[in-house]
Amino acid sequence: MSQEGNMRRVTAIKNGTVIDHIPSGKALSVLKMLGIEGYMSNPVSLVMNVPSKKMGSKDIIKVEDRELTQNELDRLALVAPDASVAIIRAYSVAEKLEINLTEEVVNLARCTFTNCITTNHREPLPHRLVVTNRDPLELRCRYCGKTQDIEELVENLL
Amino acid sequence: MPGLITMDDLTNEEIISILDDAERLLPVARGELYLPLLQGRILGNLFFEPSTRTRMSFETAMKRLGGDVVNLGDVKTSSVVKGETLFDTIQMVDGYTDIIAMRHPRQGAAQYACDSARVPIMNGGDGAGHHPTQTMLDLFTIRQAHGTLEGLNVVLAGDLRYGRTVHSLSHALVRFGCNVTFASPDSLRMPEEIVNDLKIHGAEVVETDDLLSQINSADVIYMTRIQKERFPDEEEYAKVAGAYKLHARDLDDAKAEMIIMHPLPRVDEIHPSVDSTRHACYFEQAFNGVVARMALMCWLLGVTVPEDITSEGGVL
Repeated sequence: MSQEGNMRRVTAIKNGTVIDHIPSGKALSVLKMLGIEGYMSNPVSLVMNVPSKKMGSKDIIKVEDRELTQNELDRLALVAPDASVAIIRAYSVAEKLEINLTEEVVNLARCTFTNCITTNHREPLPHRLVVTNRDPLELRCRYCGKTQDIEELVENLL
Repeated sequence: MPGLITMDDLTNEEIISILDDAERLLPVARGELYLPLLQGRILGNLFFEPSTRTRMSFETAMKRLGGDVVNLGDVKTSSVVKGETLFDTIQMVDGYTDIIAMRHPRQGAAQYACDSARVPIMNGGDGAGHHPTQTMLDLFTIRQAHGTLEGLNVVLAGDLRYGRTVHSLSHALVRFGCNVTFASPDSLRMPEEIVNDLKIHGAEVVETDDLLSQINSADVIYMTRIQKERFPDEEEYAKVAGAYKLHARDLDDAKAEMIIMHPLPRVDEIHPSVDSTRHACYFEQAFNGVVARMALMCWLLGVTVPEDITSEGGVL
């Protein structure tokens, strides 16, 4: 399937955000991380496992009439650190954004260690995961110090 | 607020300085000298899990220095049983005290308390996580016996998987250039995460399931209790635990100055015959809990331990 074929799968959007180069199969996690649920009123297009020159295969998400903020996008660093993001206005790319991996991921996901103090849902302090290595990505819970399994972490999104 | 949550909270220089303070405070810990350096200060003892030595030695340390102690008491009768969060408990105790010693069954509880509090928190054990005040007294004991912390051969034996004392201690030993050997049954090996951390710090870590073969080259043997409940059945436990018992006859060819340590309580892992050998150091180690915690509380509260305490203290 050619790149052109990809483009034909989903029509161009007038205003909104396009997230391209999401690793294959991760688009649903990306939506979850962005808090985009099925009952939202904005149209959302999702393409999964389409051919990509750069990545072999990839996922793409288009969110209409919503410009994602840098803060929201930085949450994606856990699953799609190399995704490219474009803000679309009047069918043109108005801005290109990069996803930044911050030093600490705050209140995105709950520590995966079952005996961590933060597993008590009533404890009020923020959930804090410290980035201890960037490539490969390694995060540790600020409190219990346990290294997090990224796949499992995505299941623990807040 | 600075606290002591893991040994990473202290630099090597700070560790040495606190151990030096502890050394000078020995006559105070023994009750030979009265030196009320912490008069008017209150320690909050928050033990959400059973503790004998840690809780009592914190209490003794504070009282020897002229301060006072308030206790959480039995968790079953405190507000914790009503569902109070750790955050709320800390807010309360923070207002009553100047420093808090805490043990909690959940890992990360000490850091969590530290982030919630205005007074310093001392981690007295969080789940299978860290136990740095134990490490301070262990380091004090090792230095007292060998005159140094550097370059020693230390064998840590027994339950290395769940034993939080050995987790904190191994980190500290490696920082002082000790050679560390882990002797444990396969199912109770030191967690991979910790072994990797130690290797990142440049340590050469030896792992074995044969404790006896390590005795003769050791400067320190640090025993821990293998708990029955970690095993599926009694038979399996008996088989494994039997290989991690020390008897006086095993020590015939040990180095003369080798010491045997144990965070206590012991069950069967050190035979009473060892108690009368020159190597037995565990009761001294338990006593050192007082002096190490005295020095630590002074340091965390910004109180200087005088160079010459005999000129400052009163004889009892």
